[in-house]
Amino acid sequence: MSVVAENLIWGVKRRTIVQDVSLSVAPGETLGLIGPNGSGKSSLLRLLAGLKRPASGRVQINGQDIAQVPRKALSRQVAFVQQSAATDTNVTVADVVRLGRTPHRSALAGWSEADEVAVTQALDRVEMGTRRKQPWQTLSGGERQRLHIARALAQSPQVMFLDEPTNHLDIHHQIEILRMVRDLDLTSIIALHDLNLAAMFCDRIVVLESGAVRACGTPAAVLTPETLHDVFRVSAHVSGSPESGRPHIRFSPE
Amino acid sequence: MSSGVSEDGAARLVLFLCLSLVALIAAVAAATAFGDYNIGLRTVFLSVTNELGLTGAEIAPIEQSVIWNLRLSRALVAALAGAGLALCGAILQALLRNALAEPFVLGVSAGASTGAVCVIVLGIGAGSLSLSLGAFAGAFAAFALVALLSNGATSGPNHTILAGVAASQLFNALTSYIVTTSGNAQQARDVMFWLLGSFGGVRWPDFQLLLIVVIVSFVICILMARSLDAFTFGDEDAAALGVPVVRIRLVLFGVTALLTATIVSMVGAIGFVGLVVPHAARYVVGPMHMRLLPACAMVGAVFMVIADIASRMIATQQTVPIGVVTALVGVPFFAIILYRARPQA
Repeated sequence: MSVVAENLIWGVKRRTIVQDVSLSVAPGETLGLIGPNGSGKSSLLRLLAGLKRPASGRVQINGQDIAQVPRKALSRQVAFVQQSAATDTNVTVADVVRLGRTPHRSALAGWSEADEVAVTQALDRVEMGTRRKQPWQTLSGGERQRLHIARALAQSPQVMFLDEPTNHLDIHHQIEILRMVRDLDLTSIIALHDLNLAAMFCDRIVVLESGAVRACGTPAAVLTPETLHDVFRVSAHVSGSPESGRPHIRFSPE
Repeated sequence: MSSGVSEDGAARLVLFLCLSLVALIAAVAAATAFGDYNIGLRTVFLSVTNELGLTGAEIAPIEQSVIWNLRLSRALVAALAGAGLALCGAILQALLRNALAEPFVLGVSAGASTGAVCVIVLGIGAGSLSLSLGAFAGAFAAFALVALLSNGATSGPNHTILAGVAASQLFNALTSYIVTTSGNAQQARDVMFWLLGSFGGVRWPDFQLLLIVVIVSFVICILMARSLDAFTFGDEDAAALGVPVVRIRLVLFGVTALLTATIVSMVGAIGFVGLVVPHAARYVVGPMHMRLLPACAMVGAVFMVIADIASRMIATQQTVPIGVVTALVGVPFFAIILYRARPQA
């Protein structure tokens, strides 16, 4: 499914946080949102997912204006993975993934065959199928993040939004999570901090600065020393990685 | 078709509900039989079937009257009050995502107390009806204040809890002020007894009103049980799962306020049931609300009826306020929750 945003503007009180952002994501594409702290990545992601209402502008998912789609119907097409969401409740792995079926169930409906298939497939997809009864509290950071992705998959979405899914994970789990998301057969939009990870896993990258789109294009086109200097205020060398042809960024201490 | 996992849970829930129903019937029978003077269970049973027109057994009118008009109505109101308070606790713990939340966190009982004290001490209106109305008005005033302070409960769970604490302090201060400046010794004693809760004086009309309120609240809560589950990882997560967060919050806070206000206006401020019961029920049927809410209602009902029996049996010739009994059980439990909720090293 395609995601198209037109002239999105959003702010709190008189401070504008997202300034006139337009972008478009093709079906099946993996789009990275990068930018310094406070550049509006998280806010833009929430606007695109329909969790916040823009002050003006609109978002279309598969040609439909999401402001016109009821919340529940939207949640059957669009999943959102928060950064490190946690709970004190004593839920199991299966309980958490079952929550993903919420938008597909009516208030009193029983647990259907389709629900069970979706949950089983989602758990298998993140390789946690054998751990259904394990309590949430005993999972590691990487396992929790995988479980959140499984829950999002159980929604059977066609678009997935992820807000810094690799936060607080070690490098192995960062790569594992992003590889998993890239290989999913759906459109995904990921807010990321790590520029090299964005270069490795995203088809295209949007660079945000102060809430506006500063650059947009393939990793090689966007991640130039000039942009990195202007937006992130670092000096860096960018070299092409020999295997993938994707850019590799080396920061210099100056 | 259900999965293996949910079938296990469902069978367990049904078994649990059946057992607690048996326990409830036994507790209500015991509450009707025991008292200042004990009446045989056989007489209790025949008396009830007499009233329902099923039998025509000979029973002394005084016993008939004690059983039917005093004890049975009291036991059934206790059961409903326990069920309602436990339901409120479960809802608030889910919405505020806080293990220590219970109805009184919203300051509703403090508001109800102030309303009741206005009636008892200041004599605004007279008679038991106006006392209930006063309590009811106070409860909703407190609720409105909390809603105002926390922007309609949209500014986060901690904010709502702080607003509740502020409202409780304010209304408790008002209550103390009114009692100390205007009350006499007898009034102070009446107020104190009422503040700690008492099932003395409840009659069938109370039961009928409470039954309607509890059933309506329960149905609304069950219809929203799935949505409550979606709050496990917070408001935004619930919204991402398609739940209309603001509407669910307002409706369920409203239901909680209505239930608490109705109960407090009838039987006073009975603490800790709303806190203790949901935690106990969660151990047995798990945290998902479609199972938790019915379990809470049953456990709360049984707990309150037993607490009421205890309140009449602990001291001879005297009834200990029910709030004292629930607190004596509740505080140790509260301590256990605090201990378990400490940060894991």
